Amino acid sequence: MDVNEVLLPGVGLLYEFVNLEGDKVGVVARRSGDFELAVYGEGDPDQARAVFRLTGEEADVLAGILGAPRIAERFADLTKEVPGLSAGQVEVLAGTPYVGRPLGESRARTRTGASIVAIVRGEDVIPSPGPEKVLCAGDVLVVIGTREGIAAVEQLVRG
Amino acid sequence: MHISVALLLELGIILASLSLLGTLARRYALSPIPLYLLAGLALGEGGVAPVPAAGSFVETGAGIGVVLLLLVLGLEFTVPEFTVSLRRHLPSAWVDLVLNATPGAVAGWLFGLDAGGILALAGVTYISSSGIVARLLGDLRRMSNRETPAVLSVLVLEDFAMAAYLPLLAVVAAGGTWQQALLGVLLALAAVVAALTMSYWWGHHLGRLLSHPDAEQLLLRVLGVTLVVAALAEAVHVSAAVGAFLVGLSLTGEAADRARKVLSPLRDLFAAVFFLAIGLSIPPNSLLPVLPVALLLAVVTAATKVASGWYAARREGVGRRGRLRAGTALIARGEFSIVIIGLVGTGHDRLGALVAAYVLLLAVAGPVITRFTGSRPSDPKRSPRRSTPVS
Repeated sequence: MDVNEVLLPGVGLLYEFVNLEGDKVGVVARRSGDFELAVYGEGDPDQARAVFRLTGEEADVLAGILGAPRIAERFADLTKEVPGLSAGQVEVLAGTPYVGRPLGESRARTRTGASIVAIVRGEDVIPSPGPEKVLCAGDVLVVIGTREGIAAVEQLVRG
Repeated sequence: MHISVALLLELGIILASLSLLGTLARRYALSPIPLYLLAGLALGEGGVAPVPAAGSFVETGAGIGVVLLLLVLGLEFTVPEFTVSLRRHLPSAWVDLVLNATPGAVAGWLFGLDAGGILALAGVTYISSSGIVARLLGDLRRMSNRETPAVLSVLVLEDFAMAAYLPLLAVVAAGGTWQQALLGVLLALAAVVAALTMSYWWGHHLGRLLSHPDAEQLLLRVLGVTLVVAALAEAVHVSAAVGAFLVGLSLTGEAADRARKVLSPLRDLFAAVFFLAIGLSIPPNSLLPVLPVALLLAVVTAATKVASGWYAARREGVGRRGRLRAGTALIARGEFSIVIIGLVGTGHDRLGALVAAYVLLLAVAGPVITRFTGSRPSDPKRSPRRSTPVS
């Protein structure tokens, strides 16, 4: 699916896509962390109608409902389609070196070739965590890479 | 320590009245700026309720208000947004500049103003109020409309043009020669480029230097540095406002986001004081004679803004109704037109009155016109804030 990304200077970003039914959907991600969802009308395709707003918190809840918890499952499906690619889960145990430190410091991808694509933290899923994301004890890292790469990440994180 | 009862009382009454006016304006999704101006006019000499004790505070506060307005403007600014806007919308920015600065310049010339006055009036009619427009588009739920990116890009480029324009005006208004003015602009441009380069390469270092997890620390550091830079800029005749804008430009990323959050309430307070001070400095009886000129200028420049918005939206392939929406969205003039007058300041009484009348007209008419063009007649009435539940 094509998602069109438009810059809204001073405000944030606008994402647009057309769903299967042909409705054009717009999502404004404001810098403030709020979101605005819109569907475009038939009469005037430039004008958004049925606009509603979400605070950052509400957007998280919506994202959760819409499928963030299935993220690990979806990666597992993906790896079935690509030979040689595997998905694994690595738990960050209490007392290991990277607890309380940002993900970037592990330099996992540089050192192992495997990518950490999500962090599962209790009920929450943090998809595509940035290097600044601080790890907590009990986090489960969703790792994608070769079998060796995933094993290397496991070793790295366990210390 | 001696506490002046009169000062506290007057200031308290002023702020409470401003809050009342602001609430009133917000209810109708209008900008509070014209009401603050009117309040200033009412309180000034020859007005209904003079405030001698609060006067010096208002005067000091106004200076800080300008600095904060431009600091936060600079903080809003990101290099990628600017370069994307520049690449895609440069022709629109030129059309906007030529169409809207010309009527002001011609009016200034016909009005018999000097070079500084003509330049000031050109700037006044050129610059839309990004504050009013951005807020209006949010309130009217037009952020996801297709013409909106073009409108916002034009605003960004206008704001950036101000960085070159304000020092030029400061020099010309101070009666400098054209060479001095040119030098001033070159200096200012060099400073802007330096600030942007710094922000691009070392922005995170600067951010780390000024940033602190504690909001109070962050506020004190950013405000402290800004006031020092503003003072230095003023001392070398570049204008404090430009100095503050540069500090805002240099900060980027998370530090800028957080600084914006802690500074915005402070900006709102002092900006209100600034609008009030401009109102105070203008004798109410000088407004009436300039009203016809202001009205004519407002009508002409509302039309030219519609034309420039129309052009910008058309380049994005937006339909006719969207082009009209883009055009009318740009009509509102506000804080920066007033900043310009604050900069030219004394010695231009008639200009001050003209601009005050002009901004009064367009800060009210702009949002109203925007609201009633391209609105959806079939739509159920919504309140401007998020009070209606979404069904």
